[in-house]
Amino acid sequence: MKQKTFLISGFIASLFLAGVVSFYASSSPDGLEKVAGDIGFIDSAKEHTNSDGVLADYGVKGVENARLSTGAAGVIGVIATGAISTGLFFLIRRKPGGIK
Amino acid sequence: MHIPDGFIDLPTSGAFAVVAAAGVAISIRGAKSSLDEKTAPLAGLTATFIFAVQMLNFPVAAGTSGHLLGAALAAVLIGPYAATLAITIVLILQALLFADGGLSALGLSVFNMSIIAVWFGYGVFLLVKKIMPKKKVSISIAAAIAALLSVPAAAAGFVLQYAIGANATFSVTAVLTAMLGTHLLIGIGEALITFFAVGAVLASRSDLVYGYKNQVSQLEIRAN
Repeated sequence: MKQKTFLISGFIASLFLAGVVSFYASSSPDGLEKVAGDIGFIDSAKEHTNSDGVLADYGVKGVENARLSTGAAGVIGVIATGAISTGLFFLIRRKPGGIK
Repeated sequence: MHIPDGFIDLPTSGAFAVVAAAGVAISIRGAKSSLDEKTAPLAGLTATFIFAVQMLNFPVAAGTSGHLLGAALAAVLIGPYAATLAITIVLILQALLFADGGLSALGLSVFNMSIIAVWFGYGVFLLVKKIMPKKKVSISIAAAIAALLSVPAAAAGFVLQYAIGANATFSVTAVLTAMLGTHLLIGIGEALITFFAVGAVLASRSDLVYGYKNQVSQLEIRAN
């Protein structure tokens, strides 16, 4: 498979998982939350500084439809992660031909 | 396993943030040698894929869910240094944009997931790979076993932080038992996803897989 085909397929798969499949994810507490609740130290948790943020808790503020809200947050997250991480990895990579 | 603000006191969180920052700084230097024109985009894709799959919580036991951590997956695909960076980028974006994982707890989470899970997972991967036959499928199996154990390893990191600086007074032993048990279960899901994801990349572009390339180059050196 060509590198370009491979990267594009991976990116589309990520968009699909975060944009569509994410709606069907389990909403039960995760491992740490569950343990914290069972044992009792969940009460020491503070509200997140950004809990009123536009994308807080993987939803777009103001979008009522849950499927759309989660999906859009996922798509934004995938694009942001893709752009920022690829940019950073390119910045620190070994430059061809060494230092100019 | 994204830690909210408040579980661990600020001095402990600060101390772990310093250690985490040092680990990230070392990884930036270390990742240079494994990242080039071809592997830098794969590293970006790995971070992106991990972000996406971390949204997919799967049920593990009654009333509990888990999601991919991706540490072992990233370490095998792009090498441990770049993996530390990939997971760190994901954790920072999740905390800043999605209010997932407390900002004061970011150093704690980076320490557990980007450093412990990545390096412990990579160590397990190398050990298992050594004793397995030199086949492609061995890479996927070694990655899966590394994934299985990397999740309780990260959970143990949290227990260490809890023991040092919890804002609550519940028994550390109780937290340890519950965290390891629950996260071993989540590790099974982690192992399955890692097995198939590594297998898919090996099937399409095995030349890009860090944990496989290393094996090939080692063989070449021996042959010379």
